[in-house]
Amino acid sequence: MSGGVATRWNGSGKRQSRVAAEADWVRASLIGITVLFLGVAVVLPLSVVFSSAFSKGFEAFWAALSEPDAVSAIGLTLLTAAIAVPLNAVFGIAAAWLVSRYDFWGKSALVTLIDLPFSVSPVISGLVFVLLFGAQGFWGRWLSAHDIKIIFAVPGIVIATTFVTFPLVAREVLAVMQAQGNDEEEAALTLGAGGFRILTRITLPKIRWGVIYGVILCNARAMGEFGAVSVVSGHIRGQTNTMPLHVEILYNEYNFVGAFSVAALLASLALVTLVVKKSIELGVALRARRLSRKAERDGRASLAPPSLKMRSLA
Amino acid sequence: MSVEATLLVKTFASGSDVAAVGGVSFTAPEGKITSLLGPSGSGKSTLLRLIAGLEEPDSGSIRIAGNDVTSVPVKRREVGFVFQSYALFRHMTVRENIAFGMEIRNAPKAAIAERVKELLSLIQLSGYEERFPAQLSGGQRQRVALARALATEPKVLLLDEPFGALDAQVRVELREWLGRFHERTRVTTLLVTHDQEEALELSQHVVLLNGGLVAQAGAPHELYDHPASPFVASFLGGANVTRSRAQDGREVSTFVRPHDVRLAKPLASSSDLELGTVDRLARIGGNVKLTVSLPSGDAMSVQVSKLELDKLGISIGDRVVVDVTSSKVFVDDYAI
Repeated sequence: MSGGVATRWNGSGKRQSRVAAEADWVRASLIGITVLFLGVAVVLPLSVVFSSAFSKGFEAFWAALSEPDAVSAIGLTLLTAAIAVPLNAVFGIAAAWLVSRYDFWGKSALVTLIDLPFSVSPVISGLVFVLLFGAQGFWGRWLSAHDIKIIFAVPGIVIATTFVTFPLVAREVLAVMQAQGNDEEEAALTLGAGGFRILTRITLPKIRWGVIYGVILCNARAMGEFGAVSVVSGHIRGQTNTMPLHVEILYNEYNFVGAFSVAALLASLALVTLVVKKSIELGVALRARRLSRKAERDGRASLAPPSLKMRSLA
Repeated sequence: MSVEATLLVKTFASGSDVAAVGGVSFTAPEGKITSLLGPSGSGKSTLLRLIAGLEEPDSGSIRIAGNDVTSVPVKRREVGFVFQSYALFRHMTVRENIAFGMEIRNAPKAAIAERVKELLSLIQLSGYEERFPAQLSGGQRQRVALARALATEPKVLLLDEPFGALDAQVRVELREWLGRFHERTRVTTLLVTHDQEEALELSQHVVLLNGGLVAQAGAPHELYDHPASPFVASFLGGANVTRSRAQDGREVSTFVRPHDVRLAKPLASSSDLELGTVDRLARIGGNVKLTVSLPSGDAMSVQVSKLELDKLGISIGDRVVVDVTSSKVFVDDYAI
């Protein structure tokens, strides 16, 4: 009987230490796998991009960026983002507003549709626009009769980019709106505010972090989009080449320094975007923590007159 | 400015066809606090939202100060609404929150500043102008929400479970404060609550709702002393219920309130059939709650004052004479 007790003690003691050992082992290997994967999949390629870009010195890097075709590609990328991002911000806020504030028939179908550009391969998205606007396409005859060029021209690139990046703002804003609910808008309504004032004075300030976050992600994706843009662009140098397409062309011509220089610039734009996003998140978190700490300090004597409390604080 | 609801009906499309509000009529008298009291799902919050204009009734009409406002949009209905969640504008300071309604009406800046100052002193939060809602405690937020609703001098003040999110002590403090506050402002107020104590203490008129219909309306003591149905009797003030069948098969329920029972020491002549046994005894401040088991096998809750108990000298296990001083009998839901 005492033997049984002893075994139980030993057994449980052993088991406990083994559990702890396993936890350590699991944690170490998980960290190892993550670090290794990030190193191989993210850090290594990025450092290759930057080291290749500067392999022939800063002169070669600068020359690759300042040649006319590269300048044109950079300009087109920025133009595309400058059109697609504001459009998606407006569409995204409108769609999120519609979905979170109203109940209507086919609402869940609409939510699924918002996600569609993410679930379809970008190449197919591009192809859809060729089939719609191309010379042999659905509206092709009408467009060519009116001398409007969309495919193999700037409008096609903008449309394809807008389509592919549409869900980013809508998703972010929808999540924020659904989390915050409708109470403040209703309160504004009972205080006599109309629709426009509620939008500008209550809703937009409320969801601003969601919008900023969505816009940042949307911008990063708009500048980097390759597949859909590749299909509709036609790769006309100096005219319809965006930065990702320009990188591919240079690479195929064995101009590695040129390709990696443009790639390095594109990667830097993405990195800057991520840094901005991270610092905004940090700012929000800090502000929230400061507010809650202050509220905790102040919250104690809820009904005590402020004069009393100030004296006690002083 | 009284509020008059006539045969209001509201059914929500989704789910069942059961009406949230199924034909409710009542009048909230001018300058008084009227409670819309009822268990959850009784339609009281929906009723309040109908009066505010946040929901549209399927049929029926609403009058405020004699004018039909049934089809007047919320923003022109001139009601002050305090939400259960307070719904303060989180990105605005206390001052901006209270000033919002007046700014919407393009009131002059000086007048707004004056009114904000006045309201802040009324809610005892002077000096808190530049705080954000996140920096306030629950009770403080509640009072800011009240000040914001009153800033535009509404005809009616609508409060949806105003103390629901507060802890017990703050709740009682604020309840007393709201009572005094109302004595100063005299705004016609409609208060939604599921807490009967809150309704009985704060309001001069109670509309008790059950399943989307008015169970009984009247002064608090009227409902308490003369309940119209078994539901009212059991919802207000808790009661001992004994159910039995009359000779003709109809159901008879007898309601006895815990404080309508007298206890006495048994006399020598008392027969066992008249006596109960004290099973439990709990002293709560000045009151004592007892559970007495009766010869019939039923247990009865009894409440007596501490003074009375000490005079009787009763303790657990003692045999006592149980004397019901007042009871209410219902046959098939009708009072007799």
